[in-house]
Amino acid sequence: MNIVWVDGAGDELSQQAVAFARGLGGDVAAVRFAAGEAYSPAAWAQTLVELAAERGASAVLAPATDRGNELLAHVAAKLGQPVAANCTSLTPGSPARVVRLRWGGSLLEEAALDGSPLLATVAPHSVAAEPFGEPETLAVTPAASELDLAVRVSGRIEAAGAGVSLADAEVVVSGGRGVGSAEGFGVIEELAGLLGGAVGCSRAVTSAGWRPHSDQVGQTGTKVSPEIYIACGISGATQHMAGCKGAKRLLAINPDGEASIFASADYAVIGDLHEVVPAISAEIRKVRGT
Amino acid sequence: MNILVCVKRVPLTGGRMTLTEDGRAIQTRHLGFTVSPHEECAAEEAIRLVEEHGGSTTVLTLGPAEAEEQLRDMLAIGADRAIHLVSDGEEWDPQATAAAIVEAVRALPEPFDLLLFGNESADGGNYQVPIRVAHSLGLPCVTGIKALSAQDGLLRCEQEVAGGRDVYELRLPAVVTVREGINLPRYPSVPGRMRAKRKPVAASTPQRPAARLRMERLVVPEGPGKQAEILGHGPEAAPRVVEILAEIGVI
Repeated sequence: MNIVWVDGAGDELSQQAVAFARGLGGDVAAVRFAAGEAYSPAAWAQTLVELAAERGASAVLAPATDRGNELLAHVAAKLGQPVAANCTSLTPGSPARVVRLRWGGSLLEEAALDGSPLLATVAPHSVAAEPFGEPETLAVTPAASELDLAVRVSGRIEAAGAGVSLADAEVVVSGGRGVGSAEGFGVIEELAGLLGGAVGCSRAVTSAGWRPHSDQVGQTGTKVSPEIYIACGISGATQHMAGCKGAKRLLAINPDGEASIFASADYAVIGDLHEVVPAISAEIRKVRGT
Repeated sequence: MNILVCVKRVPLTGGRMTLTEDGRAIQTRHLGFTVSPHEECAAEEAIRLVEEHGGSTTVLTLGPAEAEEQLRDMLAIGADRAIHLVSDGEEWDPQATAAAIVEAVRALPEPFDLLLFGNESADGGNYQVPIRVAHSLGLPCVTGIKALSAQDGLLRCEQEVAGGRDVYELRLPAVVTVREGINLPRYPSVPGRMRAKRKPVAASTPQRPAARLRMERLVVPEGPGKQAEILGHGPEAAPRVVEILAEIGVI
């Protein structure tokens, strides 16, 4: 039997993790923590460790979310076992074989994984989501130590609800080094505003201090999945593409016809964004008659 | 406050990754190297905390002889001393990495108040070394932190979650992992680089235990195989762009 920790809401990534576990064969127990349990990674992991022993689990899995990765790392540390994060496949055996994501998905790693139970987190979209029944609800084990409980969510700051959130935007207009300055983002903001979209940027831009980190799309920034991603003056480094590969369509605007971003683009405009982007904004106004 | 920051040397990858012939590493012949991004922010955060509260920053890396370059970079922005666990150039799995760090920490006469890490390394993305280190040292560990403050031995940490931030409060000593965006790391100054040359780097050569998560080979995933439709050159492309936006339904 295999145990899968699922996020309380039973979201799509949790459904994918359950489907992944079913693919290993045997029974699958989807478990979550009761809504009233404040998140406490080590205490939750202790609970999962005890459950795995009690049920004789052959694998303990979680979706490769922040919390899934954190919980499984605690489980692994407690058991003294290896854990493979962000797996796209897992084949039990001795040793088990895994394929996992590296570099935010820019590279795949084929690896051998020891250990019993097998511990892994499931990379998003490795398998299709399958609905599952009501998960078992867990309460934190009384055996959780004071040290386990020392890290526990004790408060919450709600996000200020201003503007379109980058992660959820239908349109993202994003600027890279080619924008040239903080002021240069005026044309990007204008187009994003006309399209009801969000402004994004590359890591080069946040490192230069032109935009806040909350605007960064990339491996170390936000992952976006808009209907269209408009990349302006972005060369297409792997660090950036790791954040925008979820876009349905990509329009790249770049003066360098050889820029690597064009290899991932659906539409290309060869040109200077400082000329092209204002022309697009003007055209939208013209079409709308405003 | 005495702080340890752990960093990793990683290649500065560009637009396309190519692998070595045996498929076990990225071809880095034409690439520069840097400190993994989250860890660069961990070092900056340590230096700011020491500027505010006093104490010292020690920076540690497990990596090949060349990783001294990254240690000197961190010394140049204000770390006080460095520990270099010189590896054999092979990849160490996360358990082996954590064990080497724990051994190095235990060998020092004074314990640290705070151990700072990046949330995950850019290349391996294993999400576990700091948690394993905390577990072995009997310390609490909080991860993915975007705001950190310390007062009277109490840490206040903010973690980004969907719709806001979760807050954690815990006592030192502790292990904390941070994410890029917690600060904007400073660049080394020329005098900083000069001072860095004279700061101590303690090197040792730990033995690599057998890996239990064994990388066998790397694979560059197939690209989307797209052939971009060229909508035009320069501002003359605008009408065609707007047609496409209308077709997609975003206008």
